[in-house]
Amino acid sequence: MALLEVKNLGIEFPMRREVLRALQGVSFSLDAGERLGIVGESGAGKSIAAFAIINLLSKPGRINAGEILFEGRDLTVLDDNAMRDIRGNRISMIFQDPMMTLNPVLTIETQMIEVLKAHREISDNDARKIAVEKLREVAIPSPEDRLKSYPHELSGGQRQRVVIATALLTNPSIIIADEPSTALDVTIQAGIMALMLNLCKSHDMGLILITHDLAVVSQVTERVVVMYAGRVVEEGPTADIVTHPKHPYTRGLIAALPQEGTAGKRLNQIPGSMPTLDAIPDGCAFHPRCPHADDVCRASVPEIVKVGNQFSRCVKATELAEENSL
Amino acid sequence: MSGPLVETRDVEKRFDLGGYFWQQDKPVVRALNGVSIAIEKGESFCLVGESGCGKSTLARCIMGLLDLSEGEVFYKGEQIDRLSAKAMMPYRRRMQMIFQNPYASLNPRMTIQKTLEEPLRFHFPEMKNGEVRDKVEEVMTSVGNDPAWGTRYPHEFSGGQRQRISIARALMVDPDFVVADEPISALDVSIQAQVLNVMMDARDSRDLTYLFITHDLSVVRHFGTRVGVMYLGALCELAQTKTLFDTPRHPYTQVLLNAIPKLSTTELIHTPMMGEVPTAIKLPSGCVFHPRCPYANERCSREVPAGTTLDDGTVVACHAVEENRI
Ligand SMILES: Nc1ncnc2c1ncn2[C@@H]1O[C@H](COP(=O)(O)OP(=O)(O)OP(=O)(O)O)[C@@H](O)[C@H]1O
Ligand SMILES: Nc1ncnc2c1ncn2[C@@H]1O[C@H](COP(=O)(O)OP(=O)(O)OP(=O)(O)O)[C@@H](O)[C@H]1O
Ligand code: SF4
Ligand SMILES: [Mg+2]
Ligand SMILES: [Mg+2]
Repeated sequence: MALLEVKNLGIEFPMRREVLRALQGVSFSLDAGERLGIVGESGAGKSIAAFAIINLLSKPGRINAGEILFEGRDLTVLDDNAMRDIRGNRISMIFQDPMMTLNPVLTIETQMIEVLKAHREISDNDARKIAVEKLREVAIPSPEDRLKSYPHELSGGQRQRVVIATALLTNPSIIIADEPSTALDVTIQAGIMALMLNLCKSHDMGLILITHDLAVVSQVTERVVVMYAGRVVEEGPTADIVTHPKHPYTRGLIAALPQEGTAGKRLNQIPGSMPTLDAIPDGCAFHPRCPHADDVCRASVPEIVKVGNQFSRCVKATELAEENSL
Repeated sequence: MSGPLVETRDVEKRFDLGGYFWQQDKPVVRALNGVSIAIEKGESFCLVGESGCGKSTLARCIMGLLDLSEGEVFYKGEQIDRLSAKAMMPYRRRMQMIFQNPYASLNPRMTIQKTLEEPLRFHFPEMKNGEVRDKVEEVMTSVGNDPAWGTRYPHEFSGGQRQRISIARALMVDPDFVVADEPISALDVSIQAQVLNVMMDARDSRDLTYLFITHDLSVVRHFGTRVGVMYLGALCELAQTKTLFDTPRHPYTQVLLNAIPKLSTTELIHTPMMGEVPTAIKLPSGCVFHPRCPYANERCSREVPAGTTLDDGTVVACHAVEENRI
């Protein structure tokens, strides 16, 4: 049985005039110790999927379909108390914005000790020791001194490393990291990603890495879910997806990456942009931006089908797979 | 106009980290240690470097948001670092800033329309309502945003959408100089390309000069005219963009270029830089990079390297380069 199984999840935002559908039929799973990447453009619904798992959807968002099974228990029907026991303890989350985790008026020390005390019986002194150890693991210089700092006294990158250290305090079985390293410089990012990779392996900790950086995903995760306009459009082993992407959207994303030899040239950008929720196109939501789109694509939402080692939500999946082009 | 648009001369910035008044050595963060840059009109000057190296601090010193400890800042030859709030007003309009964090930089309780109107009403109180609305629409359209977003609130938008709103807000008052502090690091590849295009179009059509702060070197390659590489509050290399990528001279620049994540089918292998993660509280003697530098010798640990100008115009602060050892 998978450690975490998201089944057919639907999320909606009832607005004054209409109901916006943020996620539709989203399914994926995570085994113990497995590292899964969720990629897709801004607005694809990656963060919303993550927030739903830990029951932190922003108002008026609500789950309208599906299940989220953690160790077989459905998180969508847990009461607040039971959920608090899981969130920040068994499942930790690292947000895109470090200030969503850090309280600006409390020292790092107070905040880290608070997290530990919320979930277990522990003395301040022991909690402080764990905090220092975790800060050292994420390469915060002079951790003892830094405990006394307030968040605003740290640089953006240092703040995010404090957040990561805080997420590790309770040795969770899943870490959900939403763009954990986008605010970090490359040398630190490489270090943090290597650190998370090693932590996952040594503690058998599962990782859901949400990012738009396919390069990072390719170096850290074992499987990838590609999202577009609130749906999963491609899913499969990371190595297969980066070398033989099947869905035209994934192909576009990979072609847009700056790589060796693109210096000075313009990057290929996918034309247009991710639709907003009030304007999700009928049929395949990607069709207005897709070079292969025709009437069939516009008619109905494609099923997700198996092609090779992965799954693709594209009516032309099989056909495109036969072409040898990237 | 002769001379640079914006210039810093030997800017130093220290932050006192509290401590007790009877303490002999109160902890001091030496965030900037003599940084001189000159940005010509029409340039897209990029600043890169590790988290905490002082990029944002330098930007805030230039913008008059922080008092300098030492040194001077000039705008079109006028010294602006010691101006009263009133005397600074005209410069506040001509110099705008786009922040690192698209989540914190927009007021959550203000509609997009209000957010965009605010700087206009502040700097041009005599403007008529109709003119204000027209200006908002013009700017929103020019950065590829739907003016109909005006009635909505920031939390209804994804990161990329919010950052395009932040860009629009900065452009509202027709600035000459825009400091963009990590404006695209939270965005997806294909959206990054679009936002970069928006910024480049604005540069051409509105005659802008940019100071662009980023840790993403692949972005610098596409956007920058010149690049300054910072390490621990000091400038270690300053070069034309192409020159920097073709022939990185400073050992730290070489490390940075190597750490760029690449699309791959193998797991991340990370060779951490040797030495301790540096801290701006206990600044290393001599060249601040020497504890981590494979080329360091005794002189490096003793003497702060001055900038050497090479034949191609590149300025490098490294004894090994000066001594022709690398
Ligand atoms: N409270 C809300 N009300 C209405 N729409 C919302 C709300 N929160 C998010 N959305 C919309 O839901 C969609 C998905 O948002 P989400 O934040 O999950 O995107 P994302 O994939 O994480 O993007 P990014 O990479 O920019 O973080 C977006 O179109 C966004 O505008
Ligand atoms: N208000 C402050 N009080 C004390 N120290 C500060 C303050 N602001 C910044 N610092 C320190 O100054 C140094 C430079 O910080 P700065 O924010 O300029 O870094 P940065 O290069 O922008 O980093 P990042 O890439 O992480 O944003 C850091 O060591 C930081 O901790
Ligand atoms: S000056 Fe010396 S220590 Fe500093 S980077 Fe150059 S060789 Fe290395
Ligand atoms: Mg997100
Ligand atoms: Mg910064």
